[in-house]
Amino acid sequence: MANLMFGGHLLSVLIWLPVIGGVVVLGLNDRPELAKWLSLLVSALALLLSVPLWSGFATGTAAMQFIERAPWIATIHSEYYIGVDGISMPLILLTTFTTVLIVIAGWTNVAKRVAQYFAAFLILEGLMIGVFAALDGALFYVFWEAMLIPMFIIIGIWGGPRRVYATIKFFLYTFVGSLLMLVALIYMYLKSGSYELAAFQRLPLSLAEQTFIFLAFFAAFAVKVPMFPVHTWLPDAHVEAPTGGSVVLAAIMLKMGGYGFLRFSLPIAPDASRTLDWLIIALSLIAVVYIGFVALVQTDMKKLIAYSSIAHMGFVTLGMFIGFQIAAHTGKTSGIEMGLDGALVQMLSHGLVSGALFLSVGVMYDRVHSREISAYGGVVNTMPKFAAFMVLFALANSGLPGTSGFVGEFLVILASFKANVWYAFLAGTALVLGAAYTLWLVKRVIFGEVANAKVAALKDLNGREFLVLGVLAAAVLLVGVWPAPLLDVMRATTQHLAEQLLLSKVAL
Amino acid sequence: MNATFNPSLYNAGLVYARPEIFLTIAACAILMLDLMLTDAQRRWTGILSVISLGITAVLVVGQPLSTRIVALGGLFELDRMAQVLKVVTLLTVAVVFVYSTDYLKRRAIFKGEYFVLGLFATLGAMVLISAGSLITLYLGLELMSLSLYAMVAFDRDSGIAAESAIKYFVLGSMASGTLLYGMSIIYGMTGSLELAGIANAVGAGFGANLGLVFGIAFLIVGVGFKFGAVPFHMWIPDVYEGSPTCVTVFIGTASKLAAFALAMRLLPEALGASQADWTQMLVVLSVLSMAIGNIVAIAQFNLKRMLAYSTISHVGYVLLGILSGTAQGYQAAMFYMISYVVVAAGAFGMILLLARQGFEADKLEDFKGLNARSPWFAGMMAILMFSLAGVPPFIGFWAKLGVIQAVLGVQLTWLAVVAVLFSVVGAYYYLRVVKLMYFDEPGDAAAIGGSTLMRTVLSANALLVLGIGIYPGALLLLCQRALQ
Repeated sequence: MANLMFGGHLLSVLIWLPVIGGVVVLGLNDRPELAKWLSLLVSALALLLSVPLWSGFATGTAAMQFIERAPWIATIHSEYYIGVDGISMPLILLTTFTTVLIVIAGWTNVAKRVAQYFAAFLILEGLMIGVFAALDGALFYVFWEAMLIPMFIIIGIWGGPRRVYATIKFFLYTFVGSLLMLVALIYMYLKSGSYELAAFQRLPLSLAEQTFIFLAFFAAFAVKVPMFPVHTWLPDAHVEAPTGGSVVLAAIMLKMGGYGFLRFSLPIAPDASRTLDWLIIALSLIAVVYIGFVALVQTDMKKLIAYSSIAHMGFVTLGMFIGFQIAAHTGKTSGIEMGLDGALVQMLSHGLVSGALFLSVGVMYDRVHSREISAYGGVVNTMPKFAAFMVLFALANSGLPGTSGFVGEFLVILASFKANVWYAFLAGTALVLGAAYTLWLVKRVIFGEVANAKVAALKDLNGREFLVLGVLAAAVLLVGVWPAPLLDVMRATTQHLAEQLLLSKVAL
Repeated sequence: MNATFNPSLYNAGLVYARPEIFLTIAACAILMLDLMLTDAQRRWTGILSVISLGITAVLVVGQPLSTRIVALGGLFELDRMAQVLKVVTLLTVAVVFVYSTDYLKRRAIFKGEYFVLGLFATLGAMVLISAGSLITLYLGLELMSLSLYAMVAFDRDSGIAAESAIKYFVLGSMASGTLLYGMSIIYGMTGSLELAGIANAVGAGFGANLGLVFGIAFLIVGVGFKFGAVPFHMWIPDVYEGSPTCVTVFIGTASKLAAFALAMRLLPEALGASQADWTQMLVVLSVLSMAIGNIVAIAQFNLKRMLAYSTISHVGYVLLGILSGTAQGYQAAMFYMISYVVVAAGAFGMILLLARQGFEADKLEDFKGLNARSPWFAGMMAILMFSLAGVPPFIGFWAKLGVIQAVLGVQLTWLAVVAVLFSVVGAYYYLRVVKLMYFDEPGDAAAIGGSTLMRTVLSANALLVLGIGIYPGALLLLCQRALQ
């Protein structure tokens, strides 16, 4: 069994290999070439090691797998307790997959402090896997916050002109939310006597308590997702971050907010989630519609994709909370499951697609050094291969059937339909708007006449870039055409979660 | 106090004060020896001082202790808390001496007095920590404070240091006077100078007495001053900035541990029965300290001043633990204090490391581009700053977690929320230091100085902040055992 690799410590290896590798790379300050190769080796190794996580995963159960449990801090009854289920396992794979691509994509376009750049991404990778794997509240919080440090450094050192403003804003926004979550975690620890997440989920809580806890978690996760109206850090952070930083932010960090809702808010405060679902649904729909319009008027490519991310993440939160209303009609869990499945697929798909779009913008930025849409035009004439990829990712972003973007959006809209036709109508506008802003972007940047001398001088993708975009394109199509394996992995877990949501914790 | 003097009782108790007695003798011997040394041999003063501190620490650890021991007719008290605080104080002072040596040499003030006064201040702190009665408490406090006043003024040619010393002395004397006044009221109300006697009297029903509350208020003023809690914080920024950095680090670390002991001896131990009264007062001090400390620190351009306001804010968090009035809260406060001292020692150590001849390195901009000059020490400073901001996986996070847990444990949820919100404000100015080091280009390219010993100790100090942060269990357990 895969679980027996490393004596049952596969997950620990996945967390600590990149962290320790990153620390070693940090020491190679004077030898950038060696630092790059070592980073590639470590990240590739992490990707390889995450494959057994997939192949050895038992799909039929909602129980945690690959569990490791060891005493950590006795005085506060916190344990080093990690494991994965159908929600976290795909996200860990997404993390290891994305990190390798980031290392390859950053190979030549990092000008200064090369070793530190790659080290930061490796350490970040380990910490992010830790976030997804942690089953102990204190351990989770340590990974969750520690993750901010490398990201803060990445945006701050290698970012654009307003990087300092963007990175401090990013840090403080997420820090506020996280600390409120910390208060909620400690509150539940004092009630349950342990930081174990399962104990939090079993803990009976009155509706008032649940509401406060829900709002504290909401502060942490809504900022991370980000949901309207606490989304304003994201466009800044995305625009100023280096390409790799944008990719990590879009592909993985935003998913942590969604993951947090699934792992904490919903199962710990199911009654509050049910009574406050209107809040999330309203904010999600505002994100989908309003932010969609905002994306339409952007003149900066990265900003446009950033707003598109917010709109797409609106789908994710919509899918997570839509089910309560369906269950109220039908009394069955199937609607909740559909919403959750849609949200999860949408998270993974958005991870691939937005990561790919940011990489594509990075490819152009490396050549022209501008993110303005008006600086481009007719790129297809000089970069036909690149144009093909860019169009594919744009179509995936607008939810074309056959791409990964379709599956999640379709499931979420279907679930919204069951809840309320108007929800579905509003969510449906996102498809229209999404298509509008993405395709218009493609039209202005890729098609048309060659706009200026810089575009005329563009060279098409080199082998390295082709590899990165090609792998992503394959993944986008694969999930789009054949999402069944992915849904199989999640099914048992979302089913279990859906059942959990309908049990009131007040009555316990 | 016992009315009849019984010499045998005192002799028997002296054995428990062995570390203090040794340190007294050692400090006097070093003072004498220093007179005979030439300037070239002066380093022996420092070496011997560090060795004496080490031996004293060994003596403290070597005292077997099963229960609390009250000796010397109630004047002296030895418990686990005292042992832990003493050892941490001694080690901190030893590290401070190591950090200071280069700095003193460069400023041509490498005099034996610094070490001797430092040893006497340490002795004062130890007496204070082990005090069993108001008399010894005050005695220890004054021995420490007077040594510190002299240390601040120790650089004779520095006008700003002299100004700081006067300010510190005048305000410190006032605070001592207030404290003494409070003590006299308590004595009048309870008829006892011994902490145990006061506790008995207060527990027996004197708690409702308005006079006692009056006395407590004066005590809190004194404690607040020594801690540097708002509104008794005025001296902190000026003294921190004006003192030679090697003295600032002493005031910022060792004397905070003593202030913590002062608070613990007076409030929970002697006046535990009237906890409701002093909790209310401490809530005010705590919220004000967190607010003023964190907000005003943003406006500082001098790193020493910024760290001064940062101290004020951290004191607010320590008070959170104390005011909760539970054993868990006291443990959390103690953990907070110890972890703060470890981090502060490192942060001031960094200033001492970067200081050169005629250059103090105490401006924020002096840290610009440190990552380009020395990635290693930039990393160390980043660890310290993130720890002060309370970001895991560093020690400062567990300290915050503990005190928040303490106030949540006594249903003061609003206070916990206030505390975390002000720590976000605090994060901003710590991040600014990281920003200067990592995101800005260096202003000067001078090589990083410092002896190998200092660089090693400083690195170990910063790595300890990370190490305990990853595995805080041992220190948490130590604090738990110390205050059960």
